[in-house]
Amino acid sequence: MRTVFSNARLIDPEAGTDAPGWMLTGGGTILDQGRDAPPDCDRVIDCKGACLAPGIVDIGVKICEPGERHKESFRSAGLAAAAGGVTTMVTRPDTLPAIDTPEVLEFVTRRAREASPVRIKPMAALTKGREGREMVEIGFLLDAGAVAFTDGDHVVTDTKVLSRAMTYARSLGALVMAHPQDPGLSGGAAATSGKFASLRGLPSVPALAERMGFDRDMALVELTGVRYHADQITTARALPALDRAKANGRDVTAGVSIHHLTLNEFDVGDYRTFFKVKPPLRAETDRLALVEAVASGLIDVISSMHTPQDEESKRLPYEEAASGAVGLETLLPAAMRLVHAGAISLPQLWRALALNPSRRLGLSTGRLARGAPADLVLFDPDAPFVLDRFALKSKSKNTPFDGARMQGRVLGTWVAGTRVYDGD
Amino acid sequence: MEFRARHLLGIEHLSPWDVRIILDLAETYVDLSRGATKHADVLAGLTQINMFFEASTRTQSSFEIAGKRLGADVMNMAMQASSIKKGETLIDTALTLNAMHPDLLVVRHPHSGAVDLLAQKVNCAVLNAGDGRHEHPTQALLDGLTIRRAKGRLQRLTVAICGDIAHSRVARSNILLLGKMENRVRLIGPPTLIPSGAADMGVEVYDDMKEGLEGADVVMMLRLQKERMDGGFIPSEREYYHRFGLDAEKLAYAKDDAIVMHPGPMNRGVEIDGTLADDINRSVIQDQVEMGVAVRMACMDLLARNLRAARAAGEGTYV
Repeated sequence: MRTVFSNARLIDPEAGTDAPGWMLTGGGTILDQGRDAPPDCDRVIDCKGACLAPGIVDIGVKICEPGERHKESFRSAGLAAAAGGVTTMVTRPDTLPAIDTPEVLEFVTRRAREASPVRIKPMAALTKGREGREMVEIGFLLDAGAVAFTDGDHVVTDTKVLSRAMTYARSLGALVMAHPQDPGLSGGAAATSGKFASLRGLPSVPALAERMGFDRDMALVELTGVRYHADQITTARALPALDRAKANGRDVTAGVSIHHLTLNEFDVGDYRTFFKVKPPLRAETDRLALVEAVASGLIDVISSMHTPQDEESKRLPYEEAASGAVGLETLLPAAMRLVHAGAISLPQLWRALALNPSRRLGLSTGRLARGAPADLVLFDPDAPFVLDRFALKSKSKNTPFDGARMQGRVLGTWVAGTRVYDGD
Repeated sequence: MEFRARHLLGIEHLSPWDVRIILDLAETYVDLSRGATKHADVLAGLTQINMFFEASTRTQSSFEIAGKRLGADVMNMAMQASSIKKGETLIDTALTLNAMHPDLLVVRHPHSGAVDLLAQKVNCAVLNAGDGRHEHPTQALLDGLTIRRAKGRLQRLTVAICGDIAHSRVARSNILLLGKMENRVRLIGPPTLIPSGAADMGVEVYDDMKEGLEGADVVMMLRLQKERMDGGFIPSEREYYHRFGLDAEKLAYAKDDAIVMHPGPMNRGVEIDGTLADDINRSVIQDQVEMGVAVRMACMDLLARNLRAARAAGEGTYV
């Protein structure tokens, strides 16, 4: 059945345009778009001037299956994603046990098929058990559908192991996602070194530890030629190194979490553990530099780094509390802060939310082009609301935006032309 | 001006007026403690629980004596030996305790921010007796009282805080308090023991004792916190003593009438020369201990007044 979305404001990150128009979908794909009168069709969805954009492709979502299903399941994460305009979740392998064999990956794809209303593309661990000692069966895991290989926030400290894994991954064209961080300096840290950490008496890591980790990784990328993606670049001082690596023609991309783009270390206030993320929140100067880097395209990808934690893991003294924040449902409205602040345009934002992550993983989504999958999000960029964490669809409610005034409401989400969320 | 605070979690939340009110009241308790009958009834009928998740002799006994002199029913809970070892979380411990209806809760905890967290969950006044590397407000207040009595004022003084600043909650509370009272604060120590961002805290930072002590009115030595160090902050204790230990030679750079302080317990021969520590003309270390009891009496008295007022006004929860 063909559907036309009429009276829409089309956000096309590929063309870099933001213009009124219509879009025709059918058979799960995008058939056509235009600016004149919309074609006659079996079904018409009147967008009433709201924004229609490619669905968000979110790299680095943690779904706590297997192991910690009380924190998040494929079902709850999928519903949260749909409500947040995320049509593809690229999931992390840092589960219990880690996703490091084709058999465990098979479990993930089965559960995803059964339970999630949105697409799931799983990542696999780079080393067995994420222990940094022995590479996983990269070939088998690729065949089983792994889109990238990462040990999450476990930095592989043994460079011999890492260089071998990278060399092997390169021969298969696999993408390696790393967490650039010097593990020695960051051990036990709960905050970024500086006045705030010192006044609060928290163990801290210097911002430069990120560049040290990144520089080491860049040397290994030069050595091995692997395709490399940095999960999060969060400090101003790592940006010149990223710029250099790209200028030198390395196959390197980088992401940033929405929390590091919209919050800074002072938001932690009096030990508010929902603001404890990894790496820790940075200085305001870092945040501003990151926003600029996203606008210029130096940073390729914005993601939610969705990390569900139950109340028990967060209601502890700050140092002992677990890291991470949920973000699937707040990614879009939080990112709209950057648009409303005039720092970035909607097509630029959607390049980082949909087009770039999709391209990097070799997916066909993230675009409004003819023939692309009809993965779409319809949203009102201006609609204001106050976030209530208990209204979130995630099982875990650990969001730093509880009680925050936000703008940007998802009105509908479609995956392959099927509506998976109705926010009207 | 009135003292309105419900808890004493840190110096950060106090105004200069709050500090004055506490110190003025503490003066009266110094007199009481020196008198023949060391007793008042202002805390009569109230229950004070000392919860120490970290070993302490002097602070705990100081709070205990302070409470007893004011007529409170005082109970000590040695938390290291208790349910925490059985895996109970801090919140659960707090709720259990809250059910016993304490009025004053004195808490020491090895983690920064733990006392703030606890204060949100109990229905009584909470006093921070030291949380991690964050704050130790009664120590800063007793230091303030000691300085005020020795120097006749607590403003426009040059105070040098020396040694292991990075691991010290005493230093943080003192930096805040001395800054609020408009004093000039210097931090002296090896760069590895100076916290990051110290230069942004309104203090001057030195890594040379002689330079840093030049013209100081007050020299505050800190204990080298070996138990909090995960290795390699200083090359050796003897080199540390040579460069940063306080002896008569280094002290000569401070003003002639400069006083020497130490929050205790001291490592003689590591951060301070034993003879100097015992020199009654320079060292006010024993005075600090005495002022500690008086300041804690004053803090508990003031918090108890606010607690009683809130309860009389029928407030159900006390946050």
